[in-house]
Amino acid sequence: MAQHESATPAADDVMRAADGKPLKDSLRRSMRRAKTKALLLVAPLGLFILFSFALPIADMVKRSFYSPEIQNVLPETAELLGDWDGDGLPPEQIYATFAKELAQADENRNVGVVSQRVNYVMPGARSLFSGTARKLGNVDSGPYKPAMIEIDEDWGDPEVWSILKREAYPITMAYYLSAVDLRYNAAGEIEAVASYMQIYQKLFWRTLWMSVLITVMTILLGFPVSYLLANLPVRTSNLLMILVLLPFWTSLLVRTSSWIVILQSEGVLNDVLVTFGIFSNDNRPQMIYNKIGTIVGMTHILLPFMILPLYSVMKGIPPSYLRAARSLGANPVVAFVRVYVPQTIPGIGAGSILVFILSIGYYITPALIGGSSGQLISNFIAYHMQQSLNWHLAAALGSILLFVVLGLYYIYNKLVGADALKLG
Amino acid sequence: MSTDDAFVSFSEVQKSYDGETLVVKNLNLDIARGEFVTMLGPSGSGKTTCLMMLAGFEPATHGEIYLDGSAINKLAPHKRGIGMVFQNYALFPHMTVGENVAFPLQVRKYSKSEVDERVKKALDMVRLGAFANRRPAQLSGGQQQRVASARALVFEPKLVLMDEPLGALDKNLREEMQYEIKHLHEDLGITMVYVTHDQSEALTMSNRIAVFDDGIVQQLADPPTLYEEPINAFVAYFIGENNRFYGKVTDMNDERCTVELEGGTEAKIACKPVNVSGVGDRTTLSLRPERVKVNPAEGECDNVLDGTVRELIYLGDHIRTRASVGDNDEFIVKIPNAQGHASLKRGDQVCFGWAAEDCRALDA
Repeated sequence: MAQHESATPAADDVMRAADGKPLKDSLRRSMRRAKTKALLLVAPLGLFILFSFALPIADMVKRSFYSPEIQNVLPETAELLGDWDGDGLPPEQIYATFAKELAQADENRNVGVVSQRVNYVMPGARSLFSGTARKLGNVDSGPYKPAMIEIDEDWGDPEVWSILKREAYPITMAYYLSAVDLRYNAAGEIEAVASYMQIYQKLFWRTLWMSVLITVMTILLGFPVSYLLANLPVRTSNLLMILVLLPFWTSLLVRTSSWIVILQSEGVLNDVLVTFGIFSNDNRPQMIYNKIGTIVGMTHILLPFMILPLYSVMKGIPPSYLRAARSLGANPVVAFVRVYVPQTIPGIGAGSILVFILSIGYYITPALIGGSSGQLISNFIAYHMQQSLNWHLAAALGSILLFVVLGLYYIYNKLVGADALKLG
Repeated sequence: MSTDDAFVSFSEVQKSYDGETLVVKNLNLDIARGEFVTMLGPSGSGKTTCLMMLAGFEPATHGEIYLDGSAINKLAPHKRGIGMVFQNYALFPHMTVGENVAFPLQVRKYSKSEVDERVKKALDMVRLGAFANRRPAQLSGGQQQRVASARALVFEPKLVLMDEPLGALDKNLREEMQYEIKHLHEDLGITMVYVTHDQSEALTMSNRIAVFDDGIVQQLADPPTLYEEPINAFVAYFIGENNRFYGKVTDMNDERCTVELEGGTEAKIACKPVNVSGVGDRTTLSLRPERVKVNPAEGECDNVLDGTVRELIYLGDHIRTRASVGDNDEFIVKIPNAQGHASLKRGDQVCFGWAAEDCRALDA
């Protein structure tokens, strides 16, 4: 019997359907229609997300380290610089190619693109490039090396050429370095920028601690409201829910501006404080256009994102748990802390993730009522997008923000578990 | 039993939620130490409200509740020292089984070693010693029920309340758990108050049963009395199966009364007066299906009525027979599946007979 079985091992390896075909194939065929239908249903959303979300983010991340301007405008120079050993001054061939391509770029009005790119790491590069490009018109023939050093003695400085060699390579960490207040020095080593120019590290920390503070504030303010919402009789809780949602439906600008009305130095709150003699009239506290303004405004605006997931979790906790704890001998406080609060953790986690991620990239409120001390990193990303037009730096700042959020989410997932998230 | 030696005592307790209707109407109930009392009734009858008042989660609108001689109306739930098992067990989902059972000991500030020892003992008692590190969600319904019992018993309360603790289990498991709870009660000698709407559960486990309806205890008695001697039509209807006839008393003495059936049959039934006051009263007659004889011998029964077999249902140990008798189309007879039992067919004309003392004349 055993021999007979071992003689036909193939029959035992694969489960087969009644017609002898492998069971897995039959199952796949029978499910194909349903799968195709499901795929077609999600296809519009999938494409929308791909084109409006995934691709732009990929482009941003790429832009943060990929900067091919020099290669585009001075392709042969870039290639020769790549082959050069970087020791001392480059050979005549590189000078000649560079002079030729720079003159060509001057004709195409492309010098600015290159010079700005080098200017980020070498202040003064803009005038050096434009001046040299202009004067190269007078140089008809080689050797170009002495001719260029004649035009500007910087071309005889090995440091300038080693910077040029580094920046000609399209992949660079320079923007990430400047996004955390570091830079390459002339020798190619990483060093901190001058202390008066340091700004981004401070901004990242400020964004982080203010986001944490705002998250904690929304927990403290949102928890009692959610508890009431989940435990009041339906009529009352519906009314309360409308009070929570009404501001949620109001325009963000209106809500932010209303804080200006309340908090400004001649505003409602200050008038009340002065009337009650808490502050003297000529010593009104500054409550807006600084960190306080940003924190107050953002806490208010992000509060519903904490209340709604908390409410939905609390709604699902039957009152019998608290009763059971009481009947087992726990006083109301112990029962609440040891039995009720731990069960709201998924709601607190979901709300915190929402509020934290929203506030870490928040723009409008700090821009309107944050003054200068209440600005967050997103305001500087916007600045580099719109004013300084250094999109590479904006992309690097944005990518760092993205990686911080992903890292925090990873930690959250390890600690609490993403499947415990309840978003409503 | 007087109030003095009662362990738990409800005295003229009333409860209203809205100030307009009474959910519990003037409850007087004494429970002795070590007794197993079941509050049985349909939903909305006030039984769970009574339990909640005893546990301290609902205040009594009027009246006093005494526990071990002292009034507890103003005592907070956590100071009453009453163990309670909830309908869906209310096991804390974020704690392991062991932590759940340890909870009542920890809030009582027992030492770590004593907590461990007692938790182990309690879990062993319900045969779940190996499950201390599981989460409640990983246990089956019956196991969860046993954890809930262990948690309610671990701090050795003198009184344990159970609010439909077996409602979520399937039939076989429910019966098994009924015996288990009964044995726990017998072994530990604690007082138990049990709420259920399942009459067979109540009959299986209780020393005494309080049948609730409409906020009133309709009858408080031990299971045999309740089944065999219901004092009103509701109890007769709610406990076990029973055949009902409606009629008017035409003749009555202490032992017997004669009832003329309504509906034009004019049959006269001899029965036992229980809840009728005199001649001319309307009454409901109650007759247990197993007390009916099919085709009795001449003179064997006090009452004999003709009927037509409408339906036969084979249930294994007995054959449930539905027949039309008089104007009652729902006359049920249980024919035991014993040797030589009457074998009936649908449409058969038969005689049904029963003794006068098995037929109780109750309120209309």
